[in-house]
Amino acid sequence: MRLELKGLTKKFGSFTADDDIDLVVEPGQIHAVLGENGAGKSTLMNMLYGILQPTSGAILIDGEPVSFSGPGDAIAAGLGMVHQHFKLVGPFSVADNVQLGREHTQGMGVLSAKAARKAVRDVSEQYGLHLDPDAVCEDLPVGVQQRVEIVKALSGPKTELLILDEPTAVLTPAEITELLQIMRNLAAAGTSILFISHKLKEVQAVADTITVIRRGKVVAELEPTASESEMASAMVGRAVSLRVDKTDAEPGEPRLEVKDLTVVSDAGVKVLDGLELTVHSGEIVGLAGVEGNGQTELARSILGLLKPDSGHISIDGRDVHGRGVARRIADGLGYIPEDRGRDGLVAEFSVAENIVLNQYRDAPYAKGGVVDAGAVHKRAVDSIAEFDIRTQSPDESASSLSGGNQQKVIIAREFSRSRRFLVAAQPTRGVDVGASQFIHSRLVAERDTGTGVLLISSELDEIYALADRIAVIYNGRIVGEVDPDTPREVIGRLMVGADLAAAEPPPAAEAETADVEASSDTEASTDEDANGGDR
Amino acid sequence: MSDSTATTEAPAEPPAPDTEGSEPKPNFMRLFGGYLTEANSVMVTIYSLLLAFLIGAILLIVSDEFTRSTFSYFFSRPQDAWYASRDLVVESYTSLFEGAILNFNTLEAYRAGDAEFGNLLRPLSETLTYATPLIFTGLAVGLAFRAGLFNIGAQGQLIFGMMGALIVGFSLDLPIWLHLPLAIIAGAVAGGALGAVPGVLKATTGAHEVISSIMLNNIAALFLVWALGTAFLHSETKSDLVSKPVDDSATLPTLLSSLNPSLRVNLALIIGFAVAALVWWLLSKSTFGFRIRAVGFNEHAAATAGMRIGSTYTTTMTAAGALAGLGGAALALGVSSGGITTNTALDYGFSGITVALLGRANPGGIVASALLFGALKAGALSAQPDVPVDISTLLQATIVLFIAAPALVKAILHLRTPRGGLVTLEAKGW
Repeated sequence: MRLELKGLTKKFGSFTADDDIDLVVEPGQIHAVLGENGAGKSTLMNMLYGILQPTSGAILIDGEPVSFSGPGDAIAAGLGMVHQHFKLVGPFSVADNVQLGREHTQGMGVLSAKAARKAVRDVSEQYGLHLDPDAVCEDLPVGVQQRVEIVKALSGPKTELLILDEPTAVLTPAEITELLQIMRNLAAAGTSILFISHKLKEVQAVADTITVIRRGKVVAELEPTASESEMASAMVGRAVSLRVDKTDAEPGEPRLEVKDLTVVSDAGVKVLDGLELTVHSGEIVGLAGVEGNGQTELARSILGLLKPDSGHISIDGRDVHGRGVARRIADGLGYIPEDRGRDGLVAEFSVAENIVLNQYRDAPYAKGGVVDAGAVHKRAVDSIAEFDIRTQSPDESASSLSGGNQQKVIIAREFSRSRRFLVAAQPTRGVDVGASQFIHSRLVAERDTGTGVLLISSELDEIYALADRIAVIYNGRIVGEVDPDTPREVIGRLMVGADLAAAEPPPAAEAETADVEASSDTEASTDEDANGGDR
Repeated sequence: MSDSTATTEAPAEPPAPDTEGSEPKPNFMRLFGGYLTEANSVMVTIYSLLLAFLIGAILLIVSDEFTRSTFSYFFSRPQDAWYASRDLVVESYTSLFEGAILNFNTLEAYRAGDAEFGNLLRPLSETLTYATPLIFTGLAVGLAFRAGLFNIGAQGQLIFGMMGALIVGFSLDLPIWLHLPLAIIAGAVAGGALGAVPGVLKATTGAHEVISSIMLNNIAALFLVWALGTAFLHSETKSDLVSKPVDDSATLPTLLSSLNPSLRVNLALIIGFAVAALVWWLLSKSTFGFRIRAVGFNEHAAATAGMRIGSTYTTTMTAAGALAGLGGAALALGVSSGGITTNTALDYGFSGITVALLGRANPGGIVASALLFGALKAGALSAQPDVPVDISTLLQATIVLFIAAPALVKAILHLRTPRGGLVTLEAKGW
């Protein structure tokens, strides 16, 4: 099957998730779509699989334009999808899960367990998947569950193209190796594969062609021979499109000191592994890194939502161990959460209520346990004017606002009180260009008042535009702290785990190396393990 | 689609009454018609009531032997079946109305001078009497709803409240101005104590409040059976399972018995209205209510803003338990002040869930739906045996069924989806 996308575009209101995407998957080819979270990959796949309808553009199969009104159409046309989050019925057997929705029967609605088992065995033997049809799915390891999903997708009436959405996000390194081998087998047998990922090594290892998407646009078509840093820089942006006027930083005393911070996830993986980081007053430190390397856990530990297993965090010179979230906020910690919808806003609350969400108990918004609606309203009116929040009234619910304006509500909440230190995680994700620029200039203005700012972003452009110093995080450690004039390739290599010595361009060890504190990362070589942090 | 744009644009041009008499009127009518055919929360509630009474009518017809027999020769004399059905439905609903609001016979007697004014109020008094505990238990469930919690334990909390109020009510010897408030507070404290348990369990261990509060219902009910058998609680004069009566100084004064001794409605009703107003104030004006609502809508954002989720669950469940406990106190110190039995609590706690659902967890709505349910109860009890007593339960159940499934009402009546989508009430995580 030859799949072609022509000018595929998807708009959500004023926000363009995918903009004029062109892409061709040749028969028997593994085609990787590479991009950061939020780049538009999932929207693209959902359009392809009939879950979303494109705003414009066409999908062509073997040259024929098709339109899918639902996944059923896509399956009938020969597409199979393995979702990032498995869609398996846990207590069902492998065979039952595979036949789900198109059960093998002996007629009259009587299930034929034998035929179902045979079907699973046939497919799994054909591609070397090794599945026991009678095993109960919820007892299987994640990697095997994924193979069940693959068999399920392949068992469609005529599946010729397989879509794998971030298939390695949940796998262990050994399972990843196995999966990549399975993908090669499938391709060799003639199945085309569309492989969505933000992990460079895997893409490089298996893909025949690589399409890089950034901010909803195709920014590069690469061969697998392209180097990782080439891919990384394409992924996070080549041209510096963001410009923020700012003077040189005047760092003062430390506002955030993180020492030997370790967080072990429920699965027993060290998501933060002895992390060390200092941010001074009057500077913006950009934390660069591929998502899922511990950024989320670091931010949540600083706020106090996550209890570190060991290590110390000091804010404004005081160890915050044992202090609750509210106390830290009251002491001057500002926090822009990375997931606005989940952690930032109460969607059902009004704009006004959201603006005072973390100050609702403080004067002047409340006195003696009674909310002063007048004061809240006045504050909201002021903030709406100052931060240019586009809303019909302060009483409008936050859910009725566009993403950019929702983010402005959070910015207004954090920036309208005195702060000593600010964590800004993905402050412009899903935000249009105008609002992004506004938020950036506010962050710089914030720095200039002497606040220390930790900027966590997966957009290297944003880091370059704002940061006075760049720290690169990989596998829960800071693997390098560099100046903002460090070339992209160097940071790109650090982001994928190379240590600083290897990351530097070998011939010209210039003046900038002096500023660099190399971190002695012993295992920085290749392992992409345990990046399962993606939620 | 064009319809809905018409309704949304219309408010921009309000009807001008003076000059163009003909133009604005259809506009208003269209607006009103648009509202009627839209599945918004008000109309869904109204249609749910109508549909429930319609289904109730059908079931009345089916369950009545005589009316059913007229259907056996439907094709030869359809008018028999029609008249029989009509008469049955009209009579049944009329006697429900007479039992709940106003008895027409008494009205005639009153006009003729054969009855006192107090007799006329008797159905209303009964309605209010049955509604009173429902106000409290409805608030107990509704308040928890607002924090995203499903408090199924109102029944047990009510039973504990009953016992707390009873014990203080008969064991202390105090003047009424002190004794009665103390007994009421004891009911709230006892109910709150039981309500706190699922809250604490959820906050500390993550145990789901639905499971733990259901189990506590059974524990409370069986504890009551045991406690009534102890010498401390058991009546000194009666041999069956009845408690001691509460002292007169702890009995809730009736409101209207000066008019007619049969008017049972007592002070607890006024307390119920006051408490509903307090809960409304708490939810909409206080920082505590702000926190409850924030946690109920989005606990992640609330936690990120520094609110303590666990303690919010605990305090909300305690407050909810206290509200149900007040309902128990209303029973023990009111209609059952002569002594409580294992039957006194009826199903007031469970009905509180439906009351809270129908009232959409708003204190005002809860009071209104408690009054409705009280009326259904009073009507059904007074109309039996002519009307099966189950009809009240059936109507309640059908009403809630439709309220809980607005999509069903929308589909049956071909209503349009309102701008904000259908409103369904749900507890998070369940």
